[in-house]
Amino acid sequence: MSGQEKSWKELMFAAVSPKPSTDFLTGDWKTFTPVYDKEKCVGCLQCAMLCPEGAIIWNAAAGKVEFNFNYCKGCGICANECRVKVISMSMPDKEE
Amino acid sequence: MTTSTPISQDEWKFTAKDAALRPDLFFSGHRACAGCGPATVLRLIMKATRGPTIVTQATGCMEIVSSIYPYTSWGLPWLHTAFENVAANASGIEAAVKAMQKRGKIKQEHIDVIALAGDGGTYDIGFQALSGALERGHDFLFILYDNEGYMNTGIQRSGATPTGASTTTTPAGTVQPGKLEKKKPLTDIVLAHDIEYVATATPYYWKDLMIKVRKGLEIKGPAFLHIFAPCPRGWRTEPAKTMEYSKLSVDTCIFPLWEVVNGKRALSTPSKIFQLSPQKAKPITDYFEGQGRFRHLFKPENKQLLDQLQEATNKQWQKLLKQCETP
Ligand code: SF4
Ligand code: SF4
Repeated sequence: MSGQEKSWKELMFAAVSPKPSTDFLTGDWKTFTPVYDKEKCVGCLQCAMLCPEGAIIWNAAAGKVEFNFNYCKGCGICANECRVKVISMSMPDKEE
Repeated sequence: MTTSTPISQDEWKFTAKDAALRPDLFFSGHRACAGCGPATVLRLIMKATRGPTIVTQATGCMEIVSSIYPYTSWGLPWLHTAFENVAANASGIEAAVKAMQKRGKIKQEHIDVIALAGDGGTYDIGFQALSGALERGHDFLFILYDNEGYMNTGIQRSGATPTGASTTTTPAGTVQPGKLEKKKPLTDIVLAHDIEYVATATPYYWKDLMIKVRKGLEIKGPAFLHIFAPCPRGWRTEPAKTMEYSKLSVDTCIFPLWEVVNGKRALSTPSKIFQLSPQKAKPITDYFEGQGRFRHLFKPENKQLLDQLQEATNKQWQKLLKQCETP
């Protein structure tokens, strides 16, 4: 090591990660994209509670959920768990 | 042993909307696989915290995916530690908080301490530190997220891997049908330490999970929560079905939900149904179906093992029912 000696009191406490992971967008991981029939959503929030990404947001004013595609990884959990089956997973390019 | 008053479920009432509006202290942008069960578990745990909280986490997949430099997915003080000693770390944090409170350096009345570890860091490598911390009676909540194997390092067996599961160190083939040994009865071992609060949970029943996290935090002294968290990568399941397997684990009585408060064990609502009407419980094959790690069990030569596993599950369930009657 170098000749510059530091006492333990001068060292950093621990390695610190300086940025929140919200700066790292995982939305481009997905193959399938959830699409839903907003009119039919009953606002039960089952999808929002079970999404591993926190990519489903509650819009209190509209009484509906909304997707945040910046983080959605397209796992399909929301489509599988929706109580009224209004979410489906689609391949965006093929749809158009 | 420390004493405390039991907390009833209605002391912390909330709706799905309240829960959805609580901030996500486990941030989006983490690097977990699509459809990761433990990632949902961490979101739910963090939504259930009650105020200033310090989290310490053992090495494991959820530690890796949430702390890839220079990013962090933690919206609260978080400290990584080795596989072996997360409970020792939590003990030190709790003792330091107490000492600083005594000297007036910390004004807050409660600072909750959560220790997080996977099944490797709990069942196997971190076990002695856990047992020590429980015996010393530190006021902290230990949360185990159990995905039944060392998934992060390449799906090796752990003490939590169930009988019959194929992993890279217990591959199913002509020699053996997956893991031969039983899953370690960890919660029973933890219970034997005579601590105030022990419970099991799984993310499909998210409200039950959040209430149990909160109870564990509110109770004085050590609390332990065993969360069953399906892993699509390690279990070879479809990512979309993660929560379906979480539900099926309860519906087949493979992972019953219960809690022990002050020495009294009681089934939680999702499992109580099967006590009242046992015919509603599903056969374990419903849960095994579609899981790549159990695929070989459906071959004719493994029929006997499959029957044995069903029998073992029934026996386990009957034992649990008895434990709920007579503490
Ligand atoms: S597809 Fe998966 S990641 Fe995307 S919103 Fe649905 S549950 Fe969340
Ligand atoms: S689960 Fe379905 S109905 Fe419920 S909030 Fe989500 S989209 Fe709407």
